[in-house]
Amino acid sequence: MGEKIKLIDLSKCIGCRACQTACKQWNQLKPVKTINRGTHQNPPDLSPETYTLIRYDEVSDGNGGLKWLMRKDGCMHCTDAACLISCPAPGALTYREHGAVVYNRSLCIGCKNCVIACPFEIPRFDEKAEKPYKCTLCYDRITDGQIPACVKSCPTGTLTWGDKDTMIKKAYARAEQLGKGSIVYGDKFVKGTHVMYVLTEKPEAYAALPVSPKVPLSVRAWKDMLKPLITIGIIGSIAAALFHYFTFGPKTVEKFEKKGGE
Amino acid sequence: MTNHWIDIRNSDVILVMGSNAAENHPISFKWVMKAVENGATLLSVDPRFTRTSSKAHFYAPLRSGTDIAFLGGMIKYIIDNELIQKEYVAEYTNASFLIDEGFDFRDGLFSGYDPEKRKYDKSTWKYQVDEDGIPKKDKTLQHPRCVYQLLKKHYSRYDADLVSSITGTPKDDLLKIYKTYSATGKPDKSATIMYAMGWTQHTVGTQNIRTMAMIQLLLGNIGVAGGGVNALRGESNVQGSTDHCLLFHILPGYLKTPTASLPTLGVYNKKFTPKTNDPKSANWWGNYPKYSVSLLKAFFGKNATKDNDFGYSWLPKLDDGQNASWLMLFDQMSEGKFSGFFAWGQNPACSGSNAGKIRKSLEKLDWMVNVNLFPNETGSFWKGPGKDPSKIKTEVFVLPCAAFYEKEGSITNSGRWSQWRYKAVNPPGEAKPDAEIMTELYYKVRELYEKEGGAFPEPILNLTWDYGPKGPDGKLLHLNVHEIAKEINGYFLEDVDFPKKKKSFKKGQLVPSFAYLKDDGSTSSGNWLYCNSYTEKGNMAARRNNKDNPEGIGLYSNWSWCWPVNRRIIYNRASVNPKGVPWAMKKPVIFWNGKKWIGDVPDGGWAPGTKYAFIMKPEGHGRIFGAGRADGPFPEHYEPLECPVTKNAMSSQRINPTVKLLSKAGAAEGEGGDLYLTCDVRFPIVCTTYRVSEHWQTGVMTRWTPWQLELEPQLFVEMSKELAKDKGIENGEKVKVKSVRGEVIAVAIVTERFKPFKIGDLIVHEVGLPYHYGWLHPDDGGDSANLLTPTIGDANTMIPETKAFMVNVEKVGKGVM
Repeated sequence: MGEKIKLIDLSKCIGCRACQTACKQWNQLKPVKTINRGTHQNPPDLSPETYTLIRYDEVSDGNGGLKWLMRKDGCMHCTDAACLISCPAPGALTYREHGAVVYNRSLCIGCKNCVIACPFEIPRFDEKAEKPYKCTLCYDRITDGQIPACVKSCPTGTLTWGDKDTMIKKAYARAEQLGKGSIVYGDKFVKGTHVMYVLTEKPEAYAALPVSPKVPLSVRAWKDMLKPLITIGIIGSIAAALFHYFTFGPKTVEKFEKKGGE
Repeated sequence: MTNHWIDIRNSDVILVMGSNAAENHPISFKWVMKAVENGATLLSVDPRFTRTSSKAHFYAPLRSGTDIAFLGGMIKYIIDNELIQKEYVAEYTNASFLIDEGFDFRDGLFSGYDPEKRKYDKSTWKYQVDEDGIPKKDKTLQHPRCVYQLLKKHYSRYDADLVSSITGTPKDDLLKIYKTYSATGKPDKSATIMYAMGWTQHTVGTQNIRTMAMIQLLLGNIGVAGGGVNALRGESNVQGSTDHCLLFHILPGYLKTPTASLPTLGVYNKKFTPKTNDPKSANWWGNYPKYSVSLLKAFFGKNATKDNDFGYSWLPKLDDGQNASWLMLFDQMSEGKFSGFFAWGQNPACSGSNAGKIRKSLEKLDWMVNVNLFPNETGSFWKGPGKDPSKIKTEVFVLPCAAFYEKEGSITNSGRWSQWRYKAVNPPGEAKPDAEIMTELYYKVRELYEKEGGAFPEPILNLTWDYGPKGPDGKLLHLNVHEIAKEINGYFLEDVDFPKKKKSFKKGQLVPSFAYLKDDGSTSSGNWLYCNSYTEKGNMAARRNNKDNPEGIGLYSNWSWCWPVNRRIIYNRASVNPKGVPWAMKKPVIFWNGKKWIGDVPDGGWAPGTKYAFIMKPEGHGRIFGAGRADGPFPEHYEPLECPVTKNAMSSQRINPTVKLLSKAGAAEGEGGDLYLTCDVRFPIVCTTYRVSEHWQTGVMTRWTPWQLELEPQLFVEMSKELAKDKGIENGEKVKVKSVRGEVIAVAIVTERFKPFKIGDLIVHEVGLPYHYGWLHPDDGGDSANLLTPTIGDANTMIPETKAFMVNVEKVGKGVM
């Protein structure tokens, strides 16, 4: 199965948040008690109960006018995924078909490495459950021939889904059509993301969007040198992890290393 | 809509004004964005920079309630710069018609005004006619009494500087909008207007829309693809409910409600059947008696006979001049003139203007039946804020009803498409579809009339109720909505021949279209406009062929069904020149192939040039001069009833001289009386109400949906940074918003998206609140913004002026909401 890309064309986003609700509905995420804090952005941030949300930013257009930017934030599903590299628990995070970086709660040991490593600050830690959470790229839908729930719900064509090459071409064609500083975001770092944007502004205009995201050096070092040792250390000390190692571990690790294009 | 949702993609310029389509009609933006991708320009005019504005190529602010000034300026711009589509204007509009010598306009008043009655004598608002009774015309548009010259004179006062000083829109912004929009006066270009309650809910609401309709006529944008005057209806089926006579002044299919002074069917039909002496006028309403008789046959079946005037006397009659609109109903209720009330699928305790008055009025009832999906503030009014349940006599009955996906039936969308829906799941518990509740109610009322007689049992006892198989007691065993849909379409009640059309039909067949309806009792139709929707070919609304027509303009004529007779773009005979050639060859709606019309269902099949384009008017022409309205044949700028200026800069008439004032003496401030205050230092801020994508109407459905509530949990008030600074208000702080009628607590959203207006020498602030909230749920959500809004209505429709009124905003510190 080929790699897929979810393209987010922000020139068409009206911030209606159908995607945000559809995500909660499909994934059966609990509604949270919120208050109005002087902004339409709610819940305030990503959380274990909110895998995606629209961020609203009011910025000046430089000519006395105003721009109201709306951006759907959520997991970018990187090819070179810092979360996955940093993860010491075999199988907890895996690189899967279509390019989804999928989290398996039952294999996670709750170490928070992924939370710290992600250059997009996506995985959020649930202190009660002691586990992080994030978007699955609707892995359970896309492997069944469905499109992600957010894409399905989008009324304006902001969110589209398709084969990697087609979508990258589409993104560049759209950015060119839009002109005026529109850019494609996602294919030039972390070996390409499986969620890409057509931005109408420079990345720095959007809240919480890194200008040049990369896998932190410390994570890289961890992966190359320390991770194998520490993984063994964990296995040695934690019975449950040991069980996991023998049951699922080695096979899954091999799979992701091969498929992840390392 | 004259056009339909998909057709928006055919526009060259899209003006979103008086609506916030991106937020309240998000699906429309599928087509807006397609148009933009094809090179269209999107314009947004709104007091506040909205999610719609965020996608617009150009945004211009205007102070709430000044749309006629803004658009009047556009008419002047179009005329001054000779941008009209000349052939269209001369051939298809009444611009060339000569107007009575007595017609005049002076200082805000048209000829014939009676200040005591607040009404016009319209005897001079008429065409000059020749010896045959046909209106005189000057197609060169030069005659000083022709509509075009009178129009030019009327709007000569609306120059951009004066307009800017009224609307607060910077002059450059005005001119940019005018220039972009009026460039579509070229024959092959079209522009559309997407409007909603931001235009209707004003004392000049109808005239707001008329001004735009006039602009569209001047630019040749009516009847064409990507054009039209497009009302974005606020509920999925509000078009359907209007078509089927939700409002007091109409019967199904926009037939008129009879009045007491029209004692017989003959007199009634005569009054509402327009006449023309012009052989080129199709004068479609000339068929009125066919539709009214067929309606009576649908109501009363065999009991309606020629001898009893088809049961005309059983129809309810209005007193002459009686207004029974929403505001008046609750005004009467407040005076204790009703004993009972069905609040069916509505929540007036939050949705009604001046909700404090409504909540008080409900106390005057003996009983109320509240039919809804969820508990609401109306059914629970007796335990609401400031109420003492022990002192309220009203007995409330709650009937749970089925939601749309729990019942079968049709809805009619803004584009007039009647679309059939199937039932997905059974309703929970004891909830029932509305029609089943009504059926039970009907049988109960009927039983009482049968048992007890009563003053006037005939209307109920003679009613037909043939909506499914019946048991031995004559009652329905179960209700079949298809039978209702068929009754709406209509049947032949006898064998009928149409020799001219070379067609004949058998008794019991469904009528194929309203062209076959008759005034002799041989046909029935519950709504002539829907005749053709359920025929011998089947349920047309259930069609699901999603292949477009060969012309490729998105008509999708075989998907569902649209009134009238599946015509997707109405007035489409104006989309071609008098020879039948489309103005825009790239997006033809219809065209004449020498023998017949190709494309959409034409507005009548006559050959080009043989009949006028606007078939619903007796003169056959689009009305730039429109004598039908209460407040004038040309729209004129008047200030909202509550406004920040002491004087109307256009004339000495500050407010619409024909609005009905409900003002009653003796009401205390803040208690929901019919009080109004203009230019009062205590209420210096313009306020408007609106909706957000995340909630619907008063939130009865969405506030109980936790995923929706999480997105917009609490009542907010949006305001400019400048105003917040003046008031010492921090973003996110709770504040009190007060009008003379009531107050609410709301969270302040301090934003760049609201800016103060410069109105002449004044700096005027505006704030806005959504009306989605109510005290019942959630606990900390805040109450209805309609506690603030005034009980004053549009001069023609009586729709309340909730989009422009005066308030103040105060800090409250750490209050509980």
